[in-house]
Amino acid sequence: MVTNQASIKRNGIQDWVSLRATALIIALYSFYLAFVFITTDISSFAIWQGIFASLFMKVFTFAALVSIMLHVRIGLWQVLTDYIKPTGLRAGIQYVLNLIAFAYVAVGLFVLWGV
Amino acid sequence: MKKQRPVNLDLNTIKFPPSAISSILHRVTGVAMFFALLFVIWAWAVSLGSEEGFNNVQIIMDGFLGKFVAIGTVSALTYHILGGIRHGIMDMGYWEELESGNTSANVVIGIWVVLTVILGVALW
Repeated sequence: MVTNQASIKRNGIQDWVSLRATALIIALYSFYLAFVFITTDISSFAIWQGIFASLFMKVFTFAALVSIMLHVRIGLWQVLTDYIKPTGLRAGIQYVLNLIAFAYVAVGLFVLWGV
Repeated sequence: MKKQRPVNLDLNTIKFPPSAISSILHRVTGVAMFFALLFVIWAWAVSLGSEEGFNNVQIIMDGFLGKFVAIGTVSALTYHILGGIRHGIMDMGYWEELESGNTSANVVIGIWVVLTVILGVALW
């Protein structure tokens, strides 16, 4: 068990928990965003910027983006291992997709920084 | 040696059970959303960047492509969340039998179709 905890090998339990923990954050953010879109008339740039101006919204948005990155890291791996059998090809595709997922977080950080 | 194995090539009698359809939909919507985020995050970044960008994105969102992507993405998200809630309930030990699993899959797909229709009408 100790070697298990310290090892950098993939851990099924950790994946299982991470997938659900991140799913919860993404779902809560989705509900909150839906609430904002329904209750706010986004008719001008100032109103739109105002939504993301509060520290709460910045942190919540960033947490959701990081959660998406961790969530797709596990989810896309699950899908890819089922359908793409050559290990090298799968690893290559995963590398690119995880890079895109990181780019989402990076773009999010700099956009939120500028608001 | 003559093999006495059943052969079934009548494709009309072979179909996925609802739980299998639910599973594949969860995967398809998940992968679709990953690529939809390219558009969503781009639109979000541009619209928050400047007033001009906001106006441009607003024009795109009023057009066919913008509405199509918006409805498609939110519909995929709706299914993925519904399927995720079903998975969470299955994690707790319910709906794991053949019958209850298929029923819950049908219910989830049914709710999703209704919500997508409402969403489509509201956003178009």
